[in-house]
Amino acid sequence: MTSKDASEEHEKHTSPSPDGSGAADGEDGLRRFARIWSRTVYPATQTSLSRAELEDFLHPLAVRLGEALQTFPFSPAPGREVGEVLVNEAHCTSPEALPHILGVIESYLVLYAGTPDSVGVDEARSRCARLQHAIAAGFALAVRERTLAEQEALSRAALAAQTAVEEALHASETRFRAVFKDATIGIGIADMNGRLRDANGALARMFGHSEEEMRRRNINDWVHPDDAPDVWRLHRELAAGRRDHFRVEKPYQRPDGTVLWTNLTVSLLRDAEGEPRYQLALMEDITERRLLHLRLRYEATHDELTGLPNRTLFAERLDRILTPGNGVSRFGLCYLDIDGFKTVNDSLGHAVGDQLLVAVGERLQSCTTAPAHLVARIGGDEFAVLMSDPQGTEEVTCLARALLAALATPISLDGRELSVRASIGIVEGAAGELEPAEVLRSADITMYRAKDAGGNRYELADPDSEARAIDRHSLTNRLPAALERDEFFLEYQPLIRMSDGQVDGAEALVRWRHPVHGRLGPDRFIPLAEHTGLIVPLGRWVLEQAVAQTCTWAGGQPLRVNVNLSPRQLHHPDLVPDTIAVLEAAGVAPSSLCLEVTESALIGADEDELKPLWQLAEIGVDIALDDFGTGYSNLANLRKLPATTLKLDRSFTQGLQRHPADPVDLTFVEGIVSLAHALGLAVTVEGVETESQADQLRDLGCDTAQGWYYARPSSPGEFARDWATAG
Amino acid sequence: MERPAWAPQGIDLNVPSVSRMYDYYLGGSHNFEVDRETARQAIRAWPGLPKIMQANRAFMRRAIRFAVQEGITQFLDIGSGIPTFGNVHEVAHALDRSARVVYVDNDPVAVAHSRAVLEGDQRVAMVSADFRSPQDVLGSPETENLLDLDRPVVLMLVALLHFIEDRDEPRKCVAELARRLAPGSLLVLSHGSAEGGPPRDGGAALQEVYSAASAPLVIRSKAEIAQFFEEFEMVDPGLVALPRWRPDSPTEYEDPVVFSGFAGVGRKAGLAE
Repeated sequence: MTSKDASEEHEKHTSPSPDGSGAADGEDGLRRFARIWSRTVYPATQTSLSRAELEDFLHPLAVRLGEALQTFPFSPAPGREVGEVLVNEAHCTSPEALPHILGVIESYLVLYAGTPDSVGVDEARSRCARLQHAIAAGFALAVRERTLAEQEALSRAALAAQTAVEEALHASETRFRAVFKDATIGIGIADMNGRLRDANGALARMFGHSEEEMRRRNINDWVHPDDAPDVWRLHRELAAGRRDHFRVEKPYQRPDGTVLWTNLTVSLLRDAEGEPRYQLALMEDITERRLLHLRLRYEATHDELTGLPNRTLFAERLDRILTPGNGVSRFGLCYLDIDGFKTVNDSLGHAVGDQLLVAVGERLQSCTTAPAHLVARIGGDEFAVLMSDPQGTEEVTCLARALLAALATPISLDGRELSVRASIGIVEGAAGELEPAEVLRSADITMYRAKDAGGNRYELADPDSEARAIDRHSLTNRLPAALERDEFFLEYQPLIRMSDGQVDGAEALVRWRHPVHGRLGPDRFIPLAEHTGLIVPLGRWVLEQAVAQTCTWAGGQPLRVNVNLSPRQLHHPDLVPDTIAVLEAAGVAPSSLCLEVTESALIGADEDELKPLWQLAEIGVDIALDDFGTGYSNLANLRKLPATTLKLDRSFTQGLQRHPADPVDLTFVEGIVSLAHALGLAVTVEGVETESQADQLRDLGCDTAQGWYYARPSSPGEFARDWATAG
Repeated sequence: MERPAWAPQGIDLNVPSVSRMYDYYLGGSHNFEVDRETARQAIRAWPGLPKIMQANRAFMRRAIRFAVQEGITQFLDIGSGIPTFGNVHEVAHALDRSARVVYVDNDPVAVAHSRAVLEGDQRVAMVSADFRSPQDVLGSPETENLLDLDRPVVLMLVALLHFIEDRDEPRKCVAELARRLAPGSLLVLSHGSAEGGPPRDGGAALQEVYSAASAPLVIRSKAEIAQFFEEFEMVDPGLVALPRWRPDSPTEYEDPVVFSGFAGVGRKAGLAE
């Protein structure tokens, strides 16, 4: 590349002169010389000077060389300096540049510098040759000096850089060390044999050892009984280099006997060749968090009152046991419901009821010793005991007997001795055959079968009776359709005026004509309707029917009719307008209707809640307090209620069936009657079955009576035939 | 476990360094045999390479002169390499004694050597940082001490970006640097290219040589190079072959090889102080 340009220049400027003016003397000539020199040298330099600048730079050098040619005595020293300057200042460091530098001097210096008379042409040429030798020597020396200096500078720089990197590495190590040392997370590094090579303070503190002690440990010894099943398999895979990370929750035994729970992440550290070298363990202490989690889980799966497992945990366990392939072949279930618990709650209050439930839970639990037995409170007064792999039906019935016996021993509560009766439904069978819901349904039906048979007993599930059984679930589901299909009907029982034995009114009683189970009493479906809310439309239907019915009886004045009102109806916002609408539609006076409300439904009711009843009472509807005396009666409260009648519960009149009558019951009824009359309330007695009872009650001042002694409930037709005309 | 970014890089003197190879092209001796051997291979793959480097140095010199004439005397030279001769501060100080220059390089040897050479000059500083981390460049104490970023700065990316691969997002880095500069700042940029010079193989052989060096060589087209000026308005004569950027003598004598590679100067828009 450059040599071609140079030779062209060379040819171009060989004799005669480049600009045709011929050789010139002095300054002007040397300027031209510098121009030729610059053009030839420029391509061989690495200078960043422009061509013009290089020419300016070379001109003084040319002048010095020109002077040297003419100076006495001759000295080649300026040549040496020129050679050095070319290297150090024009950056002509390439040896390639030297022939170009010297070639131009050889050809043109003498020509353009001019030859004074004192120096002959031959002498000038000789001096020019010696100057070139000196330039070459100066150039070589400068290149050598410069090369050595630059190499030395570079070596120093490399060394300095190495040192800087090492210092930075050291600083980095120090920072890493600080991270390791001061981390709140536990960090341990073990070799591939499991020997712990390094452990930070956090790890040592978690384990309750010193860091020094930690370094003597082998991680392979840290087996704990509660280790997850796959922890050590994962670890073997890591140790074999087949796995790079794993993350588990792992417990460790602390020297003080407590357990440390950690979130453990183990990573494999490989060397440059990819061979496993170290295991890095990062541990986070989750002991506290785990405890909290366990507590929350416990709270979610246990009954707050009794501390027993709740329905959630029971359902989980049942589900697990019934899932095929879980190692359990048979199961047994005792489904238990306390008989008459509602009475306890109503009469003794919820606090006592709760204490009773706690005591029942303890009794039930005392009957089971095997850890595979689960005692759970399902809800309300229902409990369940679930057994894994019972020996046979006998073991389950044996447990049921033990449960009943445990409850039969009186429980001391609030100064009272209560003997608890319960009904138990037993389901026993092979796991994997029934779904959990089927098992529960079967247990529920069977438990009610035990209750129907009088309670305080157990029954075994059997498919035949189950097919006939009426379980609450299917009844509940059928209720809405039953209302639509007119499956409900009313019967009427007369209320007898005691003064003259004439009929004073009738209580309407609802029945269900079930297509499969036949005639069902209100105790079977009213609680279900109350629970689902169907009681509201059903209650309205009863009211309409009863009010319409009373118009058909008796020519002139309609017979007064009593209709039961459930707690849910009582709180329904449409109670008052609905009742008025029904009465108006039938054209019946409000005084022909008596609404019966249970005493327990009014316990604790505030003024707002009583307002609808007051409104009804104000327009003339009679209000009767049903089942009076069974609840937690607050006699002082009676004055605040809009009641016009007390219906004394049959339990008070039972003692009067005997002859002579129980004097306590006599006194009691007498007291209530006198109290009621003092408050301006009429008294109706229920459950009158004998003549002497009727006589006693009349003598005690009761106003009206109701019971089999007078009449059983009957259809409207029968009622009309036997009673309505008599009114 | 990966080392964090702030852990220092080690030095391997057996790996050819692009800055020491550059020094070799310019006739310097700040290089080792591995650098020289690779540089010789590079010259065989792309004859005339040293002339391109020389043209590049000449462009840089003219651009500095232009900047000083424009009244901008703060220079941020990223990828400054091994100081040899005709360095930015020398050129700038010849024009304005008060000019301030911050050199930036990621080669520890270049940094060490620069610090040795520059020691004692309060107007010049050397930053050990990487172009790919603009925050490190601008946030270094040297930059903060020496440059007033509220006033225009000459950002010099001379023969640097052809060592930055696309995956390192050089355009984004340039934009990030540009964002921090005051309006009126200049971008001085030159970049290797296979366009414009004598017919080549597109630079494949040269890239092959550089694949063994401390940084790979990325040869870009003129259009791609022009995109680096997105945040700037081109100063006349635009993006041109190295010798054609405001030449101070006729270019007809130039070796044709120096026309491969482009240079340009851009000005950041907005109101300069």
